[in-house]
Amino acid sequence: MNKITSLIAGIIFGIGLTISEMINPAKVLGFLNLFGGWDPSLAFVMIGALVVTTPFIFIYKKQKPLFAESFSIPQKKDLDNKLIIGAVLFGTGWGLAGLCPGPAISSLALMNISSVIFVVAMFLGFYLSKFLNVQSS
Amino acid sequence: MTIINFTPVSAFIGGLVIGLAVMLFFALNGRLIGISGIARNFLNSNNKRFDNFLFLIGLILGPIIYQLFSKEVVSINITNSIYLLGIAGLLVGLGTSIGNGCTSGHGICGISRFSLRSIIATVTFMIVGILIVFVTNLI
Repeated sequence: MNKITSLIAGIIFGIGLTISEMINPAKVLGFLNLFGGWDPSLAFVMIGALVVTTPFIFIYKKQKPLFAESFSIPQKKDLDNKLIIGAVLFGTGWGLAGLCPGPAISSLALMNISSVIFVVAMFLGFYLSKFLNVQSS
Repeated sequence: MTIINFTPVSAFIGGLVIGLAVMLFFALNGRLIGISGIARNFLNSNNKRFDNFLFLIGLILGPIIYQLFSKEVVSINITNSIYLLGIAGLLVGLGTSIGNGCTSGHGICGISRFSLRSIIATVTFMIVGILIVFVTNLI
């Protein structure tokens, strides 16, 4: 059952990225262009998601998931250098292309060669992090 | 600062739909949606590999299904050179792996559960992203 729900969750997430136009890097770069012509849309996407997820997760985490033994929630609390270094590297790539993992993968649907190049390079980055043994647990 | 191309309604509705996906995956599979983590684990880990694969396939099907029902043609514009896209993709893959999260995992799920790590990561990658766009606009 959790196979079908994985697929469905992915589909719904992808539809959300399409409705909000976050699938379009131009829209994301518009948000990051704070000192130019600024497009605040991305902030509204986050607010739209957070207003429902915040109360839901807070209440539901006391229950039990339907198709799993328990919740898997990150337990790490300490702030380390890897968190900051990772966020800086990610922010650099995000600012250069306007693509982050979700929209990049979703945009493969539009069969755009640019998305394909980005996603292949991103997976190369995932592999490299394993190879260099720097991936976060 | 001038505000341009702002689409608050579709952004907010799209955000709600993204939130719905997060809530479903949490309530049913007991997992939070961090797409960099799902994609990385699909590649690097045997644990729940098929679940992760199906989620990623769903992500790609999303825009296709949306177009079927809305009769709207979704288009994107990417003007970057393939070299820049390659470098950017590599940085995103490496960075999200080292920092354990991206816009979904840290930005939405992490902030939802008031994780200090995620709040700091989100503020950091947003500031860096804004700086990078500022600098590239100068060049």
